[in-house]
Amino acid sequence: MSIQQGFKAHRGTACPLDQANIDTDQIIPKQFLTGVTRTGYGKHLLHDWRYLDLHEQEPNPDFVLNQARYQNASILLTRENFGCGSSREHAPWALADYGFKVIIATSFADIFYGNCINNQLLPVALDSGVMDELFDCVTTNPETLITVDLPSQTVAVNDRQWPFTIADHHKDNLIKGLDAIGQTLEKAVAIEKFEQSQPQWL
Amino acid sequence: MAKTLYEKVFDAHVIDTIDGDSLLYIDRHLIHEVTSPQAFAGLDEKQRKVRRPDRTIATMDHSISTRSLALDACGPQNALQLQTLQNNCEAHGIRLFPVGHQKQGIVHVMGPELGLISPGMTVVCGDSHTATHGAFGALAFGIGTSQVEHVLATQTLKQSKAKSMLIQVNGKLSQGITAKDIILAIIGKIGHAGATGFVIEYAGEAITSLSMESRMTICNMSIEAGAKAGMIAPDEITFDYLRGREFSPNADFDKATDYWQSLHSDPDATYDKVVELQAEDIQPQVTWGTNPGQVSGVSEPIPSPSDFTDSTDQESARKALDYMGLEAGTSLDSVAISHVFIGSCTNGRIEDLRAAAAIARHGKVNASVSAIVVPGSAAVKRQAEEEGLDKIFTQAGFEWRLPGCSMCLGMNDDILTAQDRCASTSNRNFEGRQGRGARTHLVSPAMAAAAALRGKFTDVREFGEHQ
Repeated sequence: MSIQQGFKAHRGTACPLDQANIDTDQIIPKQFLTGVTRTGYGKHLLHDWRYLDLHEQEPNPDFVLNQARYQNASILLTRENFGCGSSREHAPWALADYGFKVIIATSFADIFYGNCINNQLLPVALDSGVMDELFDCVTTNPETLITVDLPSQTVAVNDRQWPFTIADHHKDNLIKGLDAIGQTLEKAVAIEKFEQSQPQWL
Repeated sequence: MAKTLYEKVFDAHVIDTIDGDSLLYIDRHLIHEVTSPQAFAGLDEKQRKVRRPDRTIATMDHSISTRSLALDACGPQNALQLQTLQNNCEAHGIRLFPVGHQKQGIVHVMGPELGLISPGMTVVCGDSHTATHGAFGALAFGIGTSQVEHVLATQTLKQSKAKSMLIQVNGKLSQGITAKDIILAIIGKIGHAGATGFVIEYAGEAITSLSMESRMTICNMSIEAGAKAGMIAPDEITFDYLRGREFSPNADFDKATDYWQSLHSDPDATYDKVVELQAEDIQPQVTWGTNPGQVSGVSEPIPSPSDFTDSTDQESARKALDYMGLEAGTSLDSVAISHVFIGSCTNGRIEDLRAAAAIARHGKVNASVSAIVVPGSAAVKRQAEEEGLDKIFTQAGFEWRLPGCSMCLGMNDDILTAQDRCASTSNRNFEGRQGRGARTHLVSPAMAAAAALRGKFTDVREFGEHQ
């Protein structure tokens, strides 16, 4: 894990992926998990829905990610339980590599949420009513700019603004872009002391 | 203060508290080829060492062939990933059970059978089915690759405490009903995201009467309800299972048992949520949709989207029926299948294979079905062959394969094609999980074997005493 740049605020257009329970198998199917690096997964993002063929030569024109009006989106809007299933970190790697900086959803699966934080991809959970409004804004006008401000924990569109919650330590890690391992290694004495207190048979 | 089992194990591993988050010591770290290469690369980039190679164990399971022991049997990319694991383990002094090794197996089958997991441990792995090990009263959960790197370097993880859920399964299971049916019924009841943010503790007579292998099946699928982990308090069944296994604390077994016996929720401990089920109500389960919560009893009709009150559930059901090519109202036991997969970290253990063989011995695989049996580990394979189960399967027309994750996720060449319909003992029926456009129905091993023989879903209880 390299030291990441800090995340503060992001302003961009959004792509509306209006479906609940999108799992990490769907975000990045298994045939793309054989890599040994963290890069290059963006072209395979949502492969089964995005391409009509196995070789990614024929984009599915009906799929929202392929539509011209959402081409430069840097925010993904989606629904409940996004990122459920497999713990594969290839899912946030694929989303970030594609160009998304923020995922706004009704709710997230736990492991995926943590994996996003560790990759400077901001997961924002908002109530379903607010999500309906955001989907409306973006489908009516794909040029709609959404501003996500992490220090003040707000999402703003046109003249509307909504607060979102995020744990302090997640927020801190995103804003400071800390090297989590480096931080923990400073606790080496406490870790060693803990190890010495454990029973021999462990 | 009264504590739950989860709180006891969590609290016993807190090294420090940082910004309200606990720095948790990790006792056991299991690794495999798919989610570790980038973690090792991160360590190497910073010239960091693995803190406790002695507490880290590696195996090859996801990307391997079930027909050949050659690392390149599934192509150069898979071979590179497997070779990378081998190189990383050598460079960092980590014990690896590679393809062909007598201790190799699916990480969640191999670990427990070697006695690597004991009650009260914290266990992590870059795999969401790590929850399996909660069957021992361990706190076990899946992590991402950045966290794999963090554990390799520090043997710790930052964690906040999850909410607690008690799932109490009262009463006695009917004949022919297995752990797989219990966990599918639970997920059907609470929903695919019903336990998000929770650690589940499973309790009640129907749980405590299960063998360790069945308990592992239950805990394995905790993630399919969104839970961080699932746990079962250790008891004599647990201790008996552990006694004498290679990595069990055999020299200090009595001392260890004294501690393990304290690992249960206090009588007045409170939970954030309690769910109760009656074992007698549970039928053989078959999923009809594209998440494990979309499940019914085998003789029940497939629900209609309008049967759901929540609009999201309605839409999910509509999409699922469309993908699965099923009509609402059809009885599941009239649905014909083309494939059967018996195996995985959910149901690839010896008891699973015995249950499937007990059905398989009474017939032949239907002419319209292609069926494979993939043992969960090399040890399971050896044991099955000693018992002659392999012969029962092959004589009935099943293929008998080498151990690995196989068709559960199809990272090798065990993949289905569009519109294939599979009765699978695995854990996920997501769109495309077993192959693009393929349709997965999750069932127990006995139900999978019954479907193989009949060519359609069949209530395994029709096989009566033969089970």
